[in-house]
Amino acid sequence: MKQHILTALRLTAICIVIFCVAYPALIWAVAQAAPGQGKGETILKNGKVIGYEKIGQSFTEDRYFNSRPSAVSYNAAGSGGSNKGASNPDYLKEVQARIDTFLVHNPDVKIEQIPVELITASGSGLDPHLSPKGAKIQIGRIAKIRNIRIEKLVQLVDQHTDKPIMGPDVVHILKLNLALDELK
Amino acid sequence: MNTEILSVGLTFLVTILPAIPLGRYISKVYKGEKTLLDPVLNPLDKLIFKSTGLDANREMNWKQHLYALLTVNMVWFFVAMFLLMNQGWLPLNPDSNPSMSPHLAFNTAISFLVNCNLQHYSGETGMSYLSQILFVTFLQFVSAATGLAAAAMVFNALKERTTEKLGNFYNNFVKSLTRILLPVSIVVALILAFNGTPMNFQGKDQFISVQGDTVNVSRGPAAAMIAIKHVGTNGGGYFGVNSSHPLENPNYLTNVTEIIAQMIIPLAMVFAIGFYLKRKKLSWMIFGVMTLGFLMLVIPTIYSEIQGNPQIQQMGVDQRAGAMEGKETHIGAAASAYWSIATTVISTGSVNSMHDSSMPISGMMQLLAMMTNAFYGGVGVGILNFYVFIIIAVFISGLMVGRTPEFMGKKIEAREIKIAMIVALFHPFLILVGTALSAYGITNLKDIAWLNNPGFHGFSEMLYEFTSSAANNGSGFEGLGDNTPWWNISTGIVLILGRFIPIIGPLAIAGLLATKKSIPESAGTLKTDTTTFGVMIFAVIFIITALSFFPALTLGPIAEYFSIY
Repeated sequence: MKQHILTALRLTAICIVIFCVAYPALIWAVAQAAPGQGKGETILKNGKVIGYEKIGQSFTEDRYFNSRPSAVSYNAAGSGGSNKGASNPDYLKEVQARIDTFLVHNPDVKIEQIPVELITASGSGLDPHLSPKGAKIQIGRIAKIRNIRIEKLVQLVDQHTDKPIMGPDVVHILKLNLALDELK
Repeated sequence: MNTEILSVGLTFLVTILPAIPLGRYISKVYKGEKTLLDPVLNPLDKLIFKSTGLDANREMNWKQHLYALLTVNMVWFFVAMFLLMNQGWLPLNPDSNPSMSPHLAFNTAISFLVNCNLQHYSGETGMSYLSQILFVTFLQFVSAATGLAAAAMVFNALKERTTEKLGNFYNNFVKSLTRILLPVSIVVALILAFNGTPMNFQGKDQFISVQGDTVNVSRGPAAAMIAIKHVGTNGGGYFGVNSSHPLENPNYLTNVTEIIAQMIIPLAMVFAIGFYLKRKKLSWMIFGVMTLGFLMLVIPTIYSEIQGNPQIQQMGVDQRAGAMEGKETHIGAAASAYWSIATTVISTGSVNSMHDSSMPISGMMQLLAMMTNAFYGGVGVGILNFYVFIIIAVFISGLMVGRTPEFMGKKIEAREIKIAMIVALFHPFLILVGTALSAYGITNLKDIAWLNNPGFHGFSEMLYEFTSSAANNGSGFEGLGDNTPWWNISTGIVLILGRFIPIIGPLAIAGLLATKKSIPESAGTLKTDTTTFGVMIFAVIFIITALSFFPALTLGPIAEYFSIY
């Protein structure tokens, strides 16, 4: 028994050296060459960090393309989904309320045009994307507030649409909104 | 949507193809044959054996294997408990996260020790960087290697010869670590790091957002850990929401990478057994049964997630993107549904969408995937679970056609079949008793508020937690308020039993069979590498699962289904 425990302790020690020191150190060293040097890629505006590339932020004002609902209010020091089940009556009321609010803010939009992601919370609560539909449906509202022609905004959304080979097309909301602020 | 389904199909193919050469490589590793990585890894192995004073060539019987395995696991448990309960004052804690309470530390230590990673804490606020590396990353490596080493002993015991000597546990363990888990993890970690997953030691960063909110961003040494989390089918997330988190799973490419990383070793083990025993047909039979089971679970799930929530459909919005509650836009409904089954058939338990918000049919498929726990399965242990079902199927079909039940030239007798039955039935026992006790608590004790959802779905939350624990999966219906003494202690006990009984059982069966006389194959032998026998195994798995779990599923997901459609 004593021999087994001693062996186990020595084995544990050497495994710690390999897998908790050498392995992370190797990945850390190589990651220095990665974008953002392994610290997370940031997006700058006027030389100041205005956001992280991968982390969605809360856009609720009417003059911006709004982001999806979030169960954690885009708190990037935590993360979380609503974890509401499909049959939960309180949850369904909340979704209905989101639809109603959206229609109030976007009076030109018909209910059957609202894409589902705009009224449901993401799993992380930090979703940085919208679908192209989710962005385009907000154009009418933004055009009115900012006094920009609709075609110009459609063009802007198209420019910011990523079309990966695999998986759904997405629009990065932060980059889109930064470009929107630049637009004259 | 069509491109999303095509992407998922492509992901599946891309996972299977490299599994075959990897299986050949794994078989070479356990046989001690020459491999490509020898020049780099031979010195490393030598260093490990020299510094620990181990003799890699000393042959052990099955009991010695078990003794070594359990002892080393016990040592890790105490190291882990100490670390978690003291992480608050130990170094490498830039975010000043607190030490864990004893019952949370108990649950967390066990759940990582047993390759489950149930996680009743949230990574950003519940763990220091030291714990993420020294506790999480460490146990994710060694617990996966424990499962692989156990499977390697069973491979050895299946050879047609009569012996007590079944190789050396430490040798299998070290080689699983250095030759299988480490190289694959390095590749995956680098792919993640170059796609935006952080690998740093600074604490939280702060910035002012466009709308003027002050935002803190959690970071840390994530890439190294997320790689082994998948390669070792552990599944414990660096961040609270696991691979839903945009830093843990930054884009569709990393999503595919993480799916491949978690499925590849369990799949490769299926092919490894064929190369090891020179019985490729056996591998294809096992692969066929597992894939059939996998497809039967994954197709209804993708279908129901793409259809979306009928209650939201009635409100009149455009639900062509599918059920998006709890899902990320850049992953989409189809790939989230696919992942939810991949992670539950294989005991990973990492998630890229919130399973609690899945449609009822998907929730049921996720539960069934863990209830069977043998379609691909976790690293090492998946093939061990399947081995138990093979033994039962051999026995039943032997009785049906009036032949002596034999597997690989060894007679299956009362003792082996008893062990196999105990292992197979212990799984539903743990799940159903645990769920029943919790359901009793929730209905009779007024001040309990665990559940995040009322009604049938609330029952599913409790059922899921115990199923995930017993299957050592680690995913959850995360709405459940599970950081309480009841959940921490009860699931902690289920975790230990759910891990070690399915390891002890198959090791004992294989060890006992190996000492028996080898009977040469004759016309009277029941062939075990045929399609017919595959169907038989599938039927055995289906019957055991259906009979044990159907009543519970009726109270949960099935009832919920009928309440919303």
